[in-house]
Amino acid sequence: MKFRFQRKYLSIPYVLFFLFFVICPIILIVVYAFTDKATGLFSFNNLIKFFSDSTNINVLVISLVYGLINTGLCLLIGYPIAYFLADKKINKSAILVTLFIMPMWINFVIRTGATRDLLTWIGLSGGSHPEVATIIGLVYNYLPFTILPLYTTMLKMDRSQIEAGADLGANPVQNFVKVIIPLTLPGIISGATMVFMPTISSYVISDILSEYNVVLFGSYIDLYFNQSDWNFGSFMALIMLLLILLSVVISRKFSNEEGGKKSIW
Amino acid sequence: MVRKIFAQCYIYLILIIMYLPILLLAVFSFTVSDQVGVWTGFSFQLYVDLFRNKALMTAVGNTFLIAFVSAIVSTILGTLGAIGSYYSSKRAKKMIETMTQIPVVNAEIVIALSLAVLVVALSWKFSFFTLLIGHVVLTVAFVYLNVKPKLMQMDPFTYEAALDLGAKPRYALYKVILPEILPGIFSGFMLSFTLSLDDFVITQYLKEPSFETISTYIQKIISKHPIPPEVRALSTIIFALVLLVVIGNTLYNNHKAKMIVKKRNGGI
Repeated sequence: MKFRFQRKYLSIPYVLFFLFFVICPIILIVVYAFTDKATGLFSFNNLIKFFSDSTNINVLVISLVYGLINTGLCLLIGYPIAYFLADKKINKSAILVTLFIMPMWINFVIRTGATRDLLTWIGLSGGSHPEVATIIGLVYNYLPFTILPLYTTMLKMDRSQIEAGADLGANPVQNFVKVIIPLTLPGIISGATMVFMPTISSYVISDILSEYNVVLFGSYIDLYFNQSDWNFGSFMALIMLLLILLSVVISRKFSNEEGGKKSIW
Repeated sequence: MVRKIFAQCYIYLILIIMYLPILLLAVFSFTVSDQVGVWTGFSFQLYVDLFRNKALMTAVGNTFLIAFVSAIVSTILGTLGAIGSYYSSKRAKKMIETMTQIPVVNAEIVIALSLAVLVVALSWKFSFFTLLIGHVVLTVAFVYLNVKPKLMQMDPFTYEAALDLGAKPRYALYKVILPEILPGIFSGFMLSFTLSLDDFVITQYLKEPSFETISTYIQKIISKHPIPPEVRALSTIIFALVLLVVIGNTLYNNHKAKMIVKKRNGGI
C-alpha cells in the first residue's frame, strides 16, 4: 500500500507529544497519589494523611484567602485603570497601555527581588510584616494580568449604552452597577481566573517576600518535592488540579450565561 | 475636565508605583554599595562586575539557549499541529483543542511536578532534554492558539487552486498556506520565547542540577541574601532592552497604521 500524504497527518507529532508529555504525566500523578510510598500498592494513605492533619487544611485555606485578597485588590486597582485607558477622551496613546503590560517581560524573579529590596528599604520587610509584604508582592506581579483582559473587554464595550443609562435617569452608582459591570463581566471573570489560581500555586513570591513566613499551597507542594516524597506531592498536585478544573468550570459557566443573554437580544 | 485630570493622575500614580522597584534598582546600579538605598558615589563598576561574573553570564547564556531552542521546537510542533487539526475531522479536532487547553489552564507547579514524576518513573536523568520537554509543554499550546486564527481567516480555495494548477500537496502547503499563516507563526514564536525566558518553576524541577538560568540562579541567591549588586546592573539592562523593543514596536505599529490610512485616503 502506498502512503498518501494528507494534511491532517501533520498534527500527529503534536498529538503524540501531548499524549506522552501532558496526558501521561497527569495519569501518572493520579496513580502515584493513590499508591503507598512504602509498599507500592494501591492505598488511600495519602488522602487520609492529607485530611487528618489540620496543618494541610490550614495551608489550603490560607492559600484560598490570599488568592481572594489578591484577586480583589488587583480588580479594584486594575478596573479603573483599564476603564480610563480604554476611554478615548482620556487616553490616546498606545504606549501607555503597553507600559502597564511591560513588567510581564522583565524576569519575574528579578522583579520579586526588586520589590523585596524596595519594601525592606521602606521598612516593610518580610521578617516584620510577612503578610503585607506578600500581598504587595502578589499585587505587583498579577496587576498586569488583570488589566489586559479588562482593557480588551472595555475597548469593545459600547459606550453609548452608558450614556443611555445616564440619559434614562440612572445616577452614576446605579449606572455603574447596572450597566458598566454587566458589560465588562467577561473581562472581570477572565482577569480573576488569571490571578486566583496562579496565586495559590505560586510559591516564589510568597517565599521571597515573606522570608518563608507565609506558606502557600504551591510552596507546600514544593516542600514535598524537595524531600522526594513523590506520592504525597502527587496527591497535593492532584488537589491543585481539581481546584483548577473547578475554577475552569465555574468561569465557563459564567461566560456561557453571558453568551446566552446576548443571544436573546 | 476634572474627571480627565483625576483619571490621568490615577494612571500615572499607579504606573510610578508599579515601576518603583525596577527604577530603584536602576538608580542604584550606578553606585557600588551592597545595599539598595545607600549611595556611595556614581560609578559604572557594577556593569563591569556583571560581565566579569562568570556564573551569572553562563546563566544568561543558558536562559537564551533554552528559550531559543524550545521556541523553535514549539513553533514547528505547534504550527504542524494547528494545520493538521484544521484539516482533521470534527471529532479529532475537538480532541486536539481540548488537549491544547490543558497546559494553558494548568498550574505551572502541577506541570512541573507531573513531568518530574514521569522522568523519575522512566528512570531518566534530568538533563537539557527533560528541561526542553518542560519548556515545550509550557509554550507549544500558545503557538497552536496563535496559528489557528490565521488558518481560519485564510481563503480555503487558494490551496485547491494551487492543486488544480498542478502543485504537489507538499509544495502547495509550503508555498500557499505557510505564507498566509506566517504572522501567527511569528507571534507564536515570540510568545514562546518570552514565556520560556521568564520561567522559573518548570526550569527548577526539570533542569540538570548544575544547569542554571537567570531565574534559578538569582532565586537561589535571593532566597537567603539581598539582591547581589551586579544583578542591579543586569536588571537595568533587561529593563532598557525591553523598553526599547516595546516602545519601538508600538511606534512602528502606529506608523504602519497611519501609512495604511494615508494610502487609502490617497487612493480616493
